[in-house]
Amino acid sequence: MTTRRQFNKLATLGTLGLAAPTILSSKAFAADKPIKIGASVSLTGPLASTRAGEIGYELWRDDVNAAGGLLGRKVEFVIYDDQSSASNVPAIYSKLVDVDKVDVLISPYGANLSAPLMPFIKQRNLFMVGMFALAGNDRARSDKYFHACPWGPDSMLGWPRGFFDIAKSINAKRIAIINSDLEFSSSAAQGGNQIAKEYGMEVVMNQSYPPNTSDFSAILRNINNVAPDAVFVCSYPADSAAIIRGVKEIGINDSVQIFGGSMIGPQYGSLLGSLGEDLNGLVNITTFVPAPTLESPGIERFFERYTPIAIKEKLDPLGFYIPPFYYVAGQIIEAGIKGSQSVDTAKMAQYLHSHAIDTIVGKVAFNDIGDWTKRRTLMIQVQNVKGNDINQFREPGKQVILSPEELKSGNLITPYNAARKAS
Amino acid sequence: MTSSLDIFLNAISTGIVLGSIYASIALGLAITFGILHIPNVAHPALVIVGAYFVFFMGQWGVGAIAAALVGLPVFYLLGMALYSFYSRTFERQGQANVLQSLTLFFGLSLVIEIIIALLFGSELKSVDASYVGSSLVLGPITMPYRLLVPALFAPIMIGALWLYLHRTHSGTAIRAVAHDDRALSISGINPTWIKRHAFGIATATAVVGGAALIIMGPVEPFAGRFQIGRVFAIVVLAGMGSIPGTLVVAIMIGIAESFVSAYLTPSWSPGVAFAILLLALGLRPQGLFGATR
Repeated sequence: MTTRRQFNKLATLGTLGLAAPTILSSKAFAADKPIKIGASVSLTGPLASTRAGEIGYELWRDDVNAAGGLLGRKVEFVIYDDQSSASNVPAIYSKLVDVDKVDVLISPYGANLSAPLMPFIKQRNLFMVGMFALAGNDRARSDKYFHACPWGPDSMLGWPRGFFDIAKSINAKRIAIINSDLEFSSSAAQGGNQIAKEYGMEVVMNQSYPPNTSDFSAILRNINNVAPDAVFVCSYPADSAAIIRGVKEIGINDSVQIFGGSMIGPQYGSLLGSLGEDLNGLVNITTFVPAPTLESPGIERFFERYTPIAIKEKLDPLGFYIPPFYYVAGQIIEAGIKGSQSVDTAKMAQYLHSHAIDTIVGKVAFNDIGDWTKRRTLMIQVQNVKGNDINQFREPGKQVILSPEELKSGNLITPYNAARKAS
Repeated sequence: MTSSLDIFLNAISTGIVLGSIYASIALGLAITFGILHIPNVAHPALVIVGAYFVFFMGQWGVGAIAAALVGLPVFYLLGMALYSFYSRTFERQGQANVLQSLTLFFGLSLVIEIIIALLFGSELKSVDASYVGSSLVLGPITMPYRLLVPALFAPIMIGALWLYLHRTHSGTAIRAVAHDDRALSISGINPTWIKRHAFGIATATAVVGGAALIIMGPVEPFAGRFQIGRVFAIVVLAGMGSIPGTLVVAIMIGIAESFVSAYLTPSWSPGVAFAILLLALGLRPQGLFGATR
């Protein structure tokens, strides 16, 4: 006959026995479990060219694991394909957090995909590294969001400011602004309008166009009609190619001193190669170019390893714009965990807010909403390009840095028509 | 300074060439959907396959137009194979309803996109031609050869196709199969063979449409998605089965888009095709060039 006391003892032991694997694995043996980083990447869909960034994640993961991991734990990525669709993003990140139980998150690529995620991040108080989302945390203002890209503080204005600083330096007064209707380009154009006002410039044309416009002759004729001093263009890759070709075919008014600013596409190997010398004279934003002022052993080592993988996987063979910053995303997480000696996201965030960290693109410090405290986007001018050989862009001097001043590697050629012909 | 007459003339000429390019992309759908009543939503994806075929041939030094000509028989056979699969899956079992067909071709377009991305990567691909980057200047009109050359494809294709459909026995059979395939089989012609042949022709036009697209600008594996709405609007507005009507309607839409871009705002141009479609179908439900049955 089992007494009630014996039954209680047996029940307690039984419960402990059943719970032991869970307790041991979650607490005492947590150190053996890998640190999981969750992200979505656009493996398919219109943004699939950004998946070159995944090589950055992989190289960083391999480097960290080869060095013994973080706090003695290996690092692994859990990545899903968001199909370049913002509607897929909330479900993917819910799964990463609630089912895959990842320790930290990295955002999808860009503002269009990141925007629907931010309320979730803020509400659940999650740690996330942002990827290329312009003004990504400006509204949510999460204190656990850190940007991997060099947009700087107040990025809505920081992104276009380099172009307008150059326009101001050459006394440009009349500005034409054209932009794609997509969110990123609209934000950049909005920022451009604000800075033009701040600098006392007159916006003589402000025109948006729908995505996938293939003919820009009407817009270019309208630009020629208003004879601006500078043309600030906020476009996506296919549009950028059509605009550059349109300039060659239709011609541009001699009044235009500088042209470009926020054109996405001429940062990628595919368009640099296909447009080749037609890009000469373009003043445009980017994040990295080969230049003596940007040389570092870390970045050189990165490209030595990136290039053969990218060529094998038919991804951007140059990889200047996106991939190094995907590696930087890993370095931000690494710095947070090593610095705070913890995977507690509050401690990680506290450490990152109070310490500058070393990355392959230089020293980075964050402000209260995780933007870099100092803008380090580059405004370059394409110069001396001959033909369409993509490898010439690996040499310094083809994309000279005009801004920021401390990284300057060449001088601006104006007007735009003269710069187009100079090679 | 450009005068208002210059802007007007350039808007018209740009609209005509853009419309003609739209027609070369829509032509295959005018055959499959307009004549065979098969809602081949994968046609724009097949046009992108055509563009990548031209790009691939370009790597071997073959020009875009020559590549399109080489691709015609290849895509014709591909189209026949696709129809055979479609026919075996649905038609022979008497289950070829619109929803199932849509699902099949929608799935096919996704598979095509993934295969292209795996084979060629996701980067933009373009072709180089001596005429890209220069323009034909006729008085106040400046017309880029990048648009003008591919704009010539559609009138040539449509003229040849019209002659074929109206002057040959098998062409007449294609038109007949759309009306009554049982009657056609009584006259000793296998309607399945005729439909397969017509689907082959429709798919062959995709390589020409693809050549037009990649000459006009770089393409990526998913670019076909952006063409679906416009090409369906063109085919429906032209009137189901009207091949010359496809060209006329495409040019109408091209001119309307061009005027909206030049005088209002380019942002409204994607809505132009559908605005015209709604307006025209309200007045003439069978389409502008469709016969009343």
